[in-house]
Amino acid sequence: MSGFQTNNTVIKWIEHRLPIFSFLDHSVGSGYPSPKNLSYFWNFGSLAGITLVIMIVTGVLMAMQYTAHVDHAFESVERIMRDVNYGWLLRYVHMNGAHFFFIVVYIHIFRGLYYGSYKAPRELLWMLGVVILLLMMATAFMGYVLPWGQMSFWGAKVITNLFSAIPFFGDGIVVWLWGGFSVDNPTLNRFFALHYLLPFVIVGVVILHIWALHRFGSNNPIGIDTKGPQDTIPFHPYYTVKDAFGLGAFLVVFSAVVFYLPNYMGHADNYIPANPLSTPAHIVPEWYFLPFYAILRAITFDVGIPFTGVVIIEAKLGGVIAMFGAIAVLFVLPWLDRSPVRSGRFRPIFRFFFVLLAIDVVLLGFAGAKPAEGIWLLIAQVSTAYYFLHFLVVLPLLSVFETPKPLPTSISEPVLKGGGGAMAGAPAKPMEKA
Amino acid sequence: MRKGMIFGLAALAAAAGATVAAPGTARAAGEGIPLPKFEWSFDGIFGTYDRASVQRGLQVYRAVCAGCHSMDYIAFRNLAELGYSEDEIKAMAAEAIVIDGPNDEGEMFERAGLPFDYFPAPFPNPQAAAFANGGALPPDLSLMAKARANGPDYLLALMGHGYEDQVSDETLQEIFALETEKRQVQYEAALENYETMLEVYEERVEAGEDATRPDPPEEPQPVESIEDLGLSEGLSFNAYFPGYGIAMAMPLFDDGVEYADGTPATVEQMATDVANFLMWTAEPKLEDRKGMGIKVILFLLVFTGILYAAKRKVWADVH
Repeated sequence: MSGFQTNNTVIKWIEHRLPIFSFLDHSVGSGYPSPKNLSYFWNFGSLAGITLVIMIVTGVLMAMQYTAHVDHAFESVERIMRDVNYGWLLRYVHMNGAHFFFIVVYIHIFRGLYYGSYKAPRELLWMLGVVILLLMMATAFMGYVLPWGQMSFWGAKVITNLFSAIPFFGDGIVVWLWGGFSVDNPTLNRFFALHYLLPFVIVGVVILHIWALHRFGSNNPIGIDTKGPQDTIPFHPYYTVKDAFGLGAFLVVFSAVVFYLPNYMGHADNYIPANPLSTPAHIVPEWYFLPFYAILRAITFDVGIPFTGVVIIEAKLGGVIAMFGAIAVLFVLPWLDRSPVRSGRFRPIFRFFFVLLAIDVVLLGFAGAKPAEGIWLLIAQVSTAYYFLHFLVVLPLLSVFETPKPLPTSISEPVLKGGGGAMAGAPAKPMEKA
Repeated sequence: MRKGMIFGLAALAAAAGATVAAPGTARAAGEGIPLPKFEWSFDGIFGTYDRASVQRGLQVYRAVCAGCHSMDYIAFRNLAELGYSEDEIKAMAAEAIVIDGPNDEGEMFERAGLPFDYFPAPFPNPQAAAFANGGALPPDLSLMAKARANGPDYLLALMGHGYEDQVSDETLQEIFALETEKRQVQYEAALENYETMLEVYEERVEAGEDATRPDPPEEPQPVESIEDLGLSEGLSFNAYFPGYGIAMAMPLFDDGVEYADGTPATVEQMATDVANFLMWTAEPKLEDRKGMGIKVILFLLVFTGILYAAKRKVWADVH
């Protein structure tokens, strides 16, 4: 690690008492060596972090104008849109920021899945990421309830009702969650409190996530460890400038949506004030929940002991278990995929199944948007089955039966196109413990 | 070598786009015929409101719609954005009678409207509104253009092209074909259900249990006229309303209003003007938004270009 150097006496004075400058230097500065071969897929981590900041800033500003009461919530959001200076901008940035947060994070996750970023020694880093995903989902769900439109209300009703599937305690838990006997003012109030709290919890877990990241540094597209200074470059200026460029490109796309298609990803019904007496024709969650919604509704059958009629898990509970299982399975992913090779580039069969998984999740998304009947129900069921098969069967089997391609000796080798003599030494070790 | 990754992500991106579009298409496929697409002055990157049309729409709203529909989120002062002068706004507001108070003696009192007042609602509460309209609550129109998928197209189609006297024969035939097909699908499902029930019944009879024989479903009649749709009494046919039966009778008639600017008041013209007006009431900041968007995106393009150049320069010694 290069030591932090400065001639500025003020900085020296502070640094001596609070070594924050060397801390920053080792976190995102020239004192943090990073693999030199990171592709643009590695931009999405910092993008997610910046999106989180955008969400918190716009959210705090809107909270100053929002009223968490069933009689005033919808109206207060319209006041933000009409009477608050640049309120329309704040709200459209916040609303679409949620969509883009999920787009960025889903790309970040699939990048990790493909390049094996969850493998040793980065298991905890990965698991913290899954915790962030869960927290994001809870935050997004509760935030969607706040405008108190039709989809807000009915979405809240459907999702909270899921907990009634829990045996014995289910109904009690739902009443406890609602703070009453239906989704009403107490529900809205607590959702607002939690929607304000959870992003800061996310910040905390993000700090742990980055801390764990810095322990071993970023994984990279070929998935082998850095072997020395010839494989790395300082984070600053190389990745700061690359992340800044990525951010600019991201903001162009984000702005295009905020300014020209602000309601494209939303649902028209949420511009109708919540009405507990009128159920919308289709209750559809936001797109980022659709794959999970499809898994939830794919379980249409009771699970029991065959030929006895004894039901152990009712269909509704089965759906809830499958939905949460879809995320739980990610927690244990580092121990399901035991292949020592991280990157999908050197795992031809894995790569095939990875593409299959991506298509599978897409199909689940489509199925989640359609009524759960006919062909779409069948598609949801097959896709759900494959989702779990992929993680629970395919990956463990591939770990044993797949022969990976030979790995390069070091990161410098492919970067230097055949190597030259830059890194004389170790011959290729195809099954290197990566 | 990273084809797998890229292909996977392309699929994900397609999912994002397609699933977002899906609710709309599901509605079109499941519920009715597709909406016609109209041209609007506020479409596109440089879109702005056609002030004259929005003003005419306001006139139609005040003369026709406001009898039943409230407009809770628009105050008279907002009309300044449409180009009305302060005096015109004061005059319009003064036509409204507003209940204010309590005064120093604790009494509520009536006064003439002022620019900061919101548009008066035609009924004191939703119950009164529903009662006066045969049980159907006329919705508030402030956000209508955003509260329906493709709002402006929907509104124009509904008011200008959907009623029995307006609808084209082609559209009618399209609806009849669609509904006939839906009934056939329902019938087939019912038939399947009937066959299962029949099996259960026969098993029970064999076992000597009591059972009633299920009735076979009725064969569907093809839909050949509006009457065949079987709309409830009191509802008017409208090709673009979900379920085709709308409680609002045809609201617009030729020369129903006399436009201040002399534009001939055809139904098509009035419906277009109202749709323009309702888009403005739903999204009054649209022009600010689109205007700012151009500047923001141009800036970001230049700035991102500079960042790209900086990135190339910094990375020159690595590649």
